[in-house]
Amino acid sequence: MSRRAPRRGRQWARDLAVLLALGLYAVPYFWQVLTSIKPEAELLVLPPLLPSHMTWEHYQAVLRQSLIPRALGNSLGVACLTTVLALSLGVLAGYALARLPVPGKGLILLGIVAGSAFPQIATVSPLYLLMRGLGLRDTWTALVVANASFALPLVIWLLAGFIREIPEDLEQAAALDGASRAQVFRYVLLPLVAPGVASSALLTFLFSWNEFLFAYTFTATEASRTVPVALALFPGIFEVPWGDIAAASILASLPPILLVAGLQRYLIRGLLAGALRE
Amino acid sequence: MTARERAARRVGVLYLAPALTALLVVTVYPGLWVLWLSFQQRVPIFGIDRFDGIANYAFLFSDPRFWSALRITLVFTLVSVALEVVLGVAVALGLWRQRFGRRLALGLLLLAWALPAVVTAKMFEWLYHPAAGLVNFVLGGHPFNWLGDPALALPGLIAADVWRTMPFVALLCYARLLGIPAEMYEAAEVDGAGRAAIFRLITLPMLRRILLIAALFRTLDSLRAFDLMFVLTRGGPAGTTETLTVYAYRSLFQTLQLGFGSAIGVVVFALVMLVAWAYLFAQRREEAAS
Repeated sequence: MSRRAPRRGRQWARDLAVLLALGLYAVPYFWQVLTSIKPEAELLVLPPLLPSHMTWEHYQAVLRQSLIPRALGNSLGVACLTTVLALSLGVLAGYALARLPVPGKGLILLGIVAGSAFPQIATVSPLYLLMRGLGLRDTWTALVVANASFALPLVIWLLAGFIREIPEDLEQAAALDGASRAQVFRYVLLPLVAPGVASSALLTFLFSWNEFLFAYTFTATEASRTVPVALALFPGIFEVPWGDIAAASILASLPPILLVAGLQRYLIRGLLAGALRE
Repeated sequence: MTARERAARRVGVLYLAPALTALLVVTVYPGLWVLWLSFQQRVPIFGIDRFDGIANYAFLFSDPRFWSALRITLVFTLVSVALEVVLGVAVALGLWRQRFGRRLALGLLLLAWALPAVVTAKMFEWLYHPAAGLVNFVLGGHPFNWLGDPALALPGLIAADVWRTMPFVALLCYARLLGIPAEMYEAAEVDGAGRAAIFRLITLPMLRRILLIAALFRTLDSLRAFDLMFVLTRGGPAGTTETLTVYAYRSLFQTLQLGFGSAIGVVVFALVMLVAWAYLFAQRREEAAS
């Protein structure tokens, strides 16, 4: 017992040291935030580290004169539709694999695991030809279909796992009370598996928001270009507009950062469940 | 089979059908198509479109650019994953006993993981700026040209990738550490085991399985990685950061050799499957042994 008091002090010091170390680790991002509010004239001068005053000029330039606002809208639309599509297909498939006697289940599960290891670079050329053939180049549809299918194996796997964790008793009781299978699914199972659905939706949204290869290949104009593509193609006339790029990248990273900060629990749960698939 | 079971089967197939159809059309079909493409000479701008057997693969075999890209891919993967595992374990050990500010700590950690890779690439491009970059400033003002010097570009790229993906390894290890019963440590302390012995005899063996899984996923992702190198270094300088994925992309969409580029894509696919298969094989053997 006599060791308790100094230990508490040490615990605080230790916790603080870990927080400081992680704060240092995040410095690249904070530096980008600082760059985005530095006056243009001070960007290429180092030291001093801190700007003489804050400015919103870079954000104004990005929001008024660049294609970033349009790209943010495209990214948001594509990511939301991708999430809705992947989740509606994934919940049904996950339920079937977890609860129903499907023929060839082992083979389907194996195929789904293999599918989640598929490299995008291997399918991008045929998908490009497919999208071109269907007249879908430079549309949201092409991105939503490609992203949703790419996310689908992980989503099915996660949801099948989450559904298996829920005891079957409640569903059986509801079925005995005369509820149809659709009613059991809708009113008993879906509310119980909601946290798992949230985890899967979060991972799908983040994947789609961050996706670059498909978006870079299938889009051609601002009609469908997503934020990562717009950022990669960010124009500079005479020199690289570092301040504007910093402001644009902060805007591009806001949605994922807010989601991760707000839904940390669901994210961690989804990541762990996704990694423990065997 | 009773009528009830038949009905359940029918519903199961019905519920699976939409997802499987999507996967067939957008993953399996392109997967087979890319194999078919890789056996062809296809250069649309010259109107070339013919079956050519294994000519693309035969050319790859004697193509120094391919061997260079393969070597860079493997070096990038091995070094990145090794660093991520070591740093990930260190961070997990730091976070594990955290009581105060745990949510903030996890938030700071996951920040890097949540960013789009293109954002990370643009961030590091600025950090590596020879004259005004934070990295050179911290290193004492040497004007290293991180992304322009053939000797520094790959290390610079690896550092950016480790920064971006280490949180994934750290998080998995952290979750595993939380699951180790405290009694194990108390017993070891009672027996007089030192910190190093406890780490070696308890912590590391408990982490082994999750570390293997984390390393597997990170290896698969590194072999497939594209965005970071494509935006940060564009494969340069002098091809020193051109991985297989970047070479494939350039062949497909810049020099427009659809057949040849597809062949490189197939090689990436084969590499990924080989690693996944080796992992499963090792795991099965281990399970059989224990």
